[in-house]
Amino acid sequence: MAYSEKVIEHFKNPKNVGTLDKDSKNVGTGLVGAPECGDVMRLQIEVDEATGVIKDAKFKTFGCGSAIASSSLATEWLKGKTINQALEIDNMEIVEELALPPVKIHCSVLAEDAIKSAIADYRKKNNITVESESSVASA
Amino acid sequence: MENNRLIYLDNNATTPCDPRVVEAMLPYFYEVPGNAASRNHPFGWQAEEAVDYAREQVANLINADSKEIIFTSGATEADNLALKGVFEMYKSKGNHIITATTEHKAVLDTCKRIEKMGGEVTYLEVNNEGLINLEELEAAITDKTILVSIMWANNETGVIQPMKEIGEICKKKGVLFMSDATQAVGKIPVDPREVGVHLMAFTSHKMYGPKGVGALYVSRKNPRVKVTAQMDGGGHERGMRSGTLNVPGIVGFGKAAKIAKEEMAQDTERISKLRDRLESSLMEMEETYINGSVAHRMPHVTNISFKHVEGEGLMMTFNQQVGVSSGSACTSASLEPSYVLVALGLGDDLAHSSIRFSLGRFTTDEDVDRAIELVKKGVNHMRDLSPIWEMYKEGIDLTMVEWSEH
Repeated sequence: MAYSEKVIEHFKNPKNVGTLDKDSKNVGTGLVGAPECGDVMRLQIEVDEATGVIKDAKFKTFGCGSAIASSSLATEWLKGKTINQALEIDNMEIVEELALPPVKIHCSVLAEDAIKSAIADYRKKNNITVESESSVASA
Repeated sequence: MENNRLIYLDNNATTPCDPRVVEAMLPYFYEVPGNAASRNHPFGWQAEEAVDYAREQVANLINADSKEIIFTSGATEADNLALKGVFEMYKSKGNHIITATTEHKAVLDTCKRIEKMGGEVTYLEVNNEGLINLEELEAAITDKTILVSIMWANNETGVIQPMKEIGEICKKKGVLFMSDATQAVGKIPVDPREVGVHLMAFTSHKMYGPKGVGALYVSRKNPRVKVTAQMDGGGHERGMRSGTLNVPGIVGFGKAAKIAKEEMAQDTERISKLRDRLESSLMEMEETYINGSVAHRMPHVTNISFKHVEGEGLMMTFNQQVGVSSGSACTSASLEPSYVLVALGLGDDLAHSSIRFSLGRFTTDEDVDRAIELVKKGVNHMRDLSPIWEMYKEGIDLTMVEWSEH
């Protein structure tokens, strides 16, 4: 299967690879997928307490090129967004941006799950109750 | 300049056609255009003569009689013909076939079809080395059993089954023994009569011949085996496989067989050394595992799992320079990892992390050097990206983590 240029670019030069301090109060960590399934994504966000804006985002992913590209792209999109804006990221936007073929759609789903899971972790740590419209999906 | 050479380490998928083979084939496209079944003019006679000559060459490689070679379009067709052909021909004797879970899909899917046609199939498990259990095989044979089908060497791991022992059991029990020897013929000595194989499928394009031509060996004496044709038509190949013969392809197959016979020993010696060097260098890395028996294995293959790295992602780090295969689900449409590796008892995680390196006649020392360098670099890169590698390094027991399966 040939990869799209955008997948290859993110794969070759992944953005925001790394680890944030998972014990920090301002950091939310989402770990989704399973080694047995061939994909594990860990996505972390660091939130500015005062503004609720995501200051930094990092990822590490065990998976194929599309999974790595999806998580790299997700971290790019997260930075500078508020949590509520981040919750609006839909996996199909990732599919479109990276031109993922149908067999790779699950990579984008995983990235969306990772975002939601990281936000849920952050909210839980900070005792923030979920607002009305944006429900947090479980991974 | 040499550094830009694309390194081909996927010879189990297909081998390049040897230039000597191509040369032998060329006249049969234009200069000798005949149909080998045309009996009334020199065009046909010349084509027939070329086919007869190639049939001798192919038979010679496996110590068979040329009348025991049925040309097909490839090993998949030969597997189909053997399994379905025996099932139909020996219906009155029974309907039970025994095979193994690690067989190629050409055998497994054909067996599934036979089950739908009223057959019964036993799928033998393999041990963690990829070998079948001979006692289980013997115990599985009933008075309804007509055929045992066990591959000579596995395509993913290179593991070689105990052919002689299986042959003895089949002889003792009076059942036919068939083997898909696609990965073995032309690379290691294969003699079906010596080990008691009665039907054997193999193909040209795994032994430096062209694609689109294969053969089924069908024993003609002790016992004389017959298969019911699966392709109806002009009654070619002694009625067992109709269809105009692929003359240039068959000529190439013959030439490839001749070269294989002559050069097998020297090729094996050279290639196995390269394989061993590749393998031992890669095994210097932490958390790497060889899949399948090392003692009973083809000389040119190694299948290695790089733990905590996903195979397709890993391949992507070097696939502009090196071509290999992976047992990762991401390389298949099914999203399931290699059933062969799973049958060996590997966890799905290790199956996802596997890479098959298959070397060949045209693999050079430099190819192996560069492959080692690029693969190691790729593994390190992917481990830097891998959250589970990080967790492993932190001493977290990954089996205790509650994963969100998807």
